[in-house]
Amino acid sequence: MAEKVMVKGTEAIGEAAIRAGCRLYFGYPITPQSELTEYMSRRMPQVDGVFLQAESEVAAVNMLYGAASTGHRVMTSTSSPGYSLMQEGVSYIAGAELPVVFVNVVRGGPGLGDIQPAQSDYFQATKGGGHGDYRLVVYGPESLQEAVELTAKAFDVADKYRNPALILADGMLGQMMEPVEFPEFRDLSTLPDHSSWAMQGAKGREPHKITSFDINEYVLEQMNLRYQEKYKKIIENEQMWEEYKTDDADIIIVAYGTMGRIAKTIVNMAREKGVKAGLFRPITLWPYPYEALAKLADQAKLFFTVEMSMGQMVEDVKLAVNGKKTVEFYGRTGGVVPTPNEVLAKLMELI
Amino acid sequence: MPNQKYFQYVRKDRLPNVWCPGCGNGIIMKSFIEAAGNLGLDKNKVAVVSGIGCSSRVTGYLDFNTLHTLHGRAIPFATGVKLARPDLEVVVMGGDGDMLAIGGNHFIHACRRNMDLTVILFNNTIYGMTGGQYSPTTPHEAIASTAPYGNLENNFDPVKMAISSGATYVARSTVYHYTQSVKYIEEAIKHKGMSVVEIVSNCHTYFGRYNGMSKPAQFMEYFKKSTVTLSKAKTMSEEELKGKIIIGEFHNDESRKTYLELYEELSEQLGGVAK
Repeated sequence: MAEKVMVKGTEAIGEAAIRAGCRLYFGYPITPQSELTEYMSRRMPQVDGVFLQAESEVAAVNMLYGAASTGHRVMTSTSSPGYSLMQEGVSYIAGAELPVVFVNVVRGGPGLGDIQPAQSDYFQATKGGGHGDYRLVVYGPESLQEAVELTAKAFDVADKYRNPALILADGMLGQMMEPVEFPEFRDLSTLPDHSSWAMQGAKGREPHKITSFDINEYVLEQMNLRYQEKYKKIIENEQMWEEYKTDDADIIIVAYGTMGRIAKTIVNMAREKGVKAGLFRPITLWPYPYEALAKLADQAKLFFTVEMSMGQMVEDVKLAVNGKKTVEFYGRTGGVVPTPNEVLAKLMELI
Repeated sequence: MPNQKYFQYVRKDRLPNVWCPGCGNGIIMKSFIEAAGNLGLDKNKVAVVSGIGCSSRVTGYLDFNTLHTLHGRAIPFATGVKLARPDLEVVVMGGDGDMLAIGGNHFIHACRRNMDLTVILFNNTIYGMTGGQYSPTTPHEAIASTAPYGNLENNFDPVKMAISSGATYVARSTVYHYTQSVKYIEEAIKHKGMSVVEIVSNCHTYFGRYNGMSKPAQFMEYFKKSTVTLSKAKTMSEEELKGKIIIGEFHNDESRKTYLELYEELSEQLGGVAK
């Protein structure tokens, strides 16, 4: 580990990707993540990597699809409307089982929305977005340090399961600066061997097939069942969450990403008022840590979900709590970030 | 004193605009307003459609039926408006990134169909709104925020692209050549079929700052010095034309029927109700 450096969120994720062994990046300008595209244009030629600014997000995602099929580590980054444009490719990449890392620096929506931070793409990120029965591993970092670590992890997990992964950031994480400690550069010779599936020529062996397609419905069903087997393994092995002061808590605030970070302040403010609050912060948004959250349903009196949306993750909280306790919600949307005071005021109303 | 007759086309309550001081977008907007005034356009009979980008903000300031739509999709959106309301004069305004990168496919297909649209391309050779990334018209080797070592790609010539794709009125001007811009826009609006007017503009904030022209006046000087008329260009060699901006009316062909005319003919043949 090196010393801490002050960096902008988008650049931190870019550098983390390069250090994780990403050597191909395709992107298209969109606020609030264009600095990541710019960073890659500057850095990739310095590390023997390749950068190309695509003519659209549709082009970028298909460049990724092509590059990923060769077995190299590849990434793109975009923001909400751009990620919507990529959904066709995301579905194909998931069906073709290719390891690709996506970054969505979420802004207010729907439609053009605005360029302020939001969490209103949760459904798109975790429940589909494109067509078909598929899943992406989705990470919701709360800080730039965590974003750096999760970016490296996203590449490893994507490779391990041959599955796309998504860093679900927001405009706040993308645009703010924080001190970050970067990991060392990954020795490229230690990257996973993809010779069993990648497009590398078929001399002396059976050809590989990278596809999301089969015209025979029974074969396609088998392919889907294979995906589901893989998703089951991911659910078993890859769940991540943080609990903050939950040991004695009877009010459990559930929040992720930027909102999760703000919620730690809210927990402390509530405790100063004598309210035993704690925070459950999912880090993987898929696979969602249902069981860990469900365990808290025995001790807690109330669950209080806070999001920068009109209520999306709250549906997963309700699934986890499964009717055992009341689940309340507070959210702001359109790019408005709730302040600790307003959330606390709402919490005090509820108890 | 500005001529009062132009004010009817401006939403004064939306001013000041978002553009940087000295931006060419305002000059192009005024060129359009003057052309509209000269033609006596009824503002309720005009629809102006834009996509996303600095220049696409123009629909906020113009007082016509205005539609600020998706990045790159202004042309298909305008096609939908035109087919639903053929009586409207449908004008598309937008930038080089919007119209030639993400919307490049739509641009060539509208030309191919000879859709009766007037496209005004604000070509400042850069993505301004997102911070100076290279666009499909950024010259080879120019610096941009995503081309810090110089642009490796080659640029489109929007005029050649429009003509070869099937547009039937194609002209080019610059923001320095205001009178010509007004004239070409007027011709384009009057023209039946797909019209494309490219107006080369300045982004001193990004393109200029990266490429040694950070003041708007430097661009004006550059446009003044580097521009040759089409008739003059015809007498010049390829070598002499290097780095020059050729302005003029490149193509004007009203002999080709528009998509709508052909469709109306078909409809009549099949006994559909004629308009």
